[in-house]
Amino acid sequence: MTDQIENGPVTMLSTPIRLDYHFTAGLAQSRSLRGYAEGQFIGQRCPVCKKVYVPSRGSCPVDAVATTEEVVLPNTGVVTTFCVVNVPFAGQSIEIPYITASILLDGADITFMGLVQEIPTDEVRMGLRVEALWVPEEERGPTLASVKYFRPTGEPDAEFSTFEDFS
Amino acid sequence: MSSAPTPKQGTRPVAVVAFAQSPSQRRIEQANEVELLMPVVHDAYNAAGMTKDDIDFICSGSTDYLIGGPFSFVTALDAVGVWPPKRESHVEMDGAWALYEAWVQLQEEECDVALVYGFGKSSLGDLNRILALQLDPYTMAPLWPDQVSLAALQAQAMIDQGLASEEDFARIASRARHNALSNPNAQVANDKSMEELLQDDYVVAPLRRHALPPLSDAAAAMILVAGDRAFDVVDRPAWITGIDHRIEAHALGVRKLTESVSTTKAAEVAGVNDGAVDIAEIHAPFAHQEILLRRAMGLDESTTVNPSGGPLAANPLMAGGLIRIGEAANRIMDGSASRAVAHATSGPVLQQNLVAVLEGAS
Repeated sequence: MTDQIENGPVTMLSTPIRLDYHFTAGLAQSRSLRGYAEGQFIGQRCPVCKKVYVPSRGSCPVDAVATTEEVVLPNTGVVTTFCVVNVPFAGQSIEIPYITASILLDGADITFMGLVQEIPTDEVRMGLRVEALWVPEEERGPTLASVKYFRPTGEPDAEFSTFEDFS
Repeated sequence: MSSAPTPKQGTRPVAVVAFAQSPSQRRIEQANEVELLMPVVHDAYNAAGMTKDDIDFICSGSTDYLIGGPFSFVTALDAVGVWPPKRESHVEMDGAWALYEAWVQLQEEECDVALVYGFGKSSLGDLNRILALQLDPYTMAPLWPDQVSLAALQAQAMIDQGLASEEDFARIASRARHNALSNPNAQVANDKSMEELLQDDYVVAPLRRHALPPLSDAAAAMILVAGDRAFDVVDRPAWITGIDHRIEAHALGVRKLTESVSTTKAAEVAGVNDGAVDIAEIHAPFAHQEILLRRAMGLDESTTVNPSGGPLAANPLMAGGLIRIGEAANRIMDGSASRAVAHATSGPVLQQNLVAVLEGAS
């Protein structure tokens, strides 16, 4: 009681929490991760709707069936949408400003996030044709970090109608 | 033609018409949650002769704390197929509570068929640390009390009050794992006598190794149908004639650990003792809890407890309670029982309890 009178009630306490986990990538995602080590994008095709997911989690979320057919996708694709990151944050590893884009690989039916470089930030646009630049072979591993970034191919922009479902 | 028994609660009778589960394993390293769940959901669809398009409502039970990633229940929907858009919900609880939510939804006239599932991989993290985080975050969780020690406090209190003995714990474990010999989905099945088991070392006194559940990875799925339509799916649907769940105080210090007042209340409301109970599937992860729960529900020696082996034979977190209901339903559907009780628990040392009564049509 004396303590409470002299010091007031406790209004805050710190209770550090740490939990460690194993991660189970699963069969389909393991194959995609190994693909990165080989410098390849590996997706899977749904046997029902024929859509190609990359990276695949082993199922088609629309048809709820296992995706078993593997599809090796090319290095090229199109920027469907993007943002220019201007905000510094803790742990940032790239110098701002930089471009994070949603990229639809040719032949894929789902986009994924990638860095776009070798282009001024004010020139990046929807429809921009890009290709993946992989890190040197000896630095590649089962991680998306094996893709150094995407860069413009110099091809004409893709028509909006070819990617409007993904933007 | 058979007709559905009049349910004690609700206005529409609801039945379990299909149940599927994956065999419980100590560690499933090859499959992620979606890959674990999808074959089980397909098995349930196939058992009911249904496709995803027949489902009006989906409800799941799982927890991100097991996986260590956010929104894992959303990812899991990849195994189920929710296009065109479906009514879907999730509980951060055992799948048994997902079943309860589905049962509530099925009381509505426009909702006839529900898919319920639960999944959990206990192998991904340290369960003792993970489960400590469900305790009061200011005064208890920072001490990281592990679930085995808390269960041991409960078991010791039972011994001190003359409610049970270590021999009782061993007898229950012996029977559970013997029963599990005929359950292909069980993880721990053997034929050891009570005397043999009493040679085990203590993990935390008074609990020896045999009084603890295994750590399990598994998934389970179930299909519920409302009204007489259930007879179109199976000859003998397992009608849920009573269901209720109750929760006790969060702080362990204000609870009487040797009783389960929440189970007693739920059992009364569900009507457990309105008739003879042929079998009971009791979600008692620790051996002594079976004694406590059996007493709380007023089940006598005429009831066969945990013919599947129960949680002492396989205990996948977030699916274990739903599996109790599924095992009980299977025995109604195959005609080996006419009236069964299923119990599910969640939270530290039996904090929350659900009781369901399942019956075949007369």
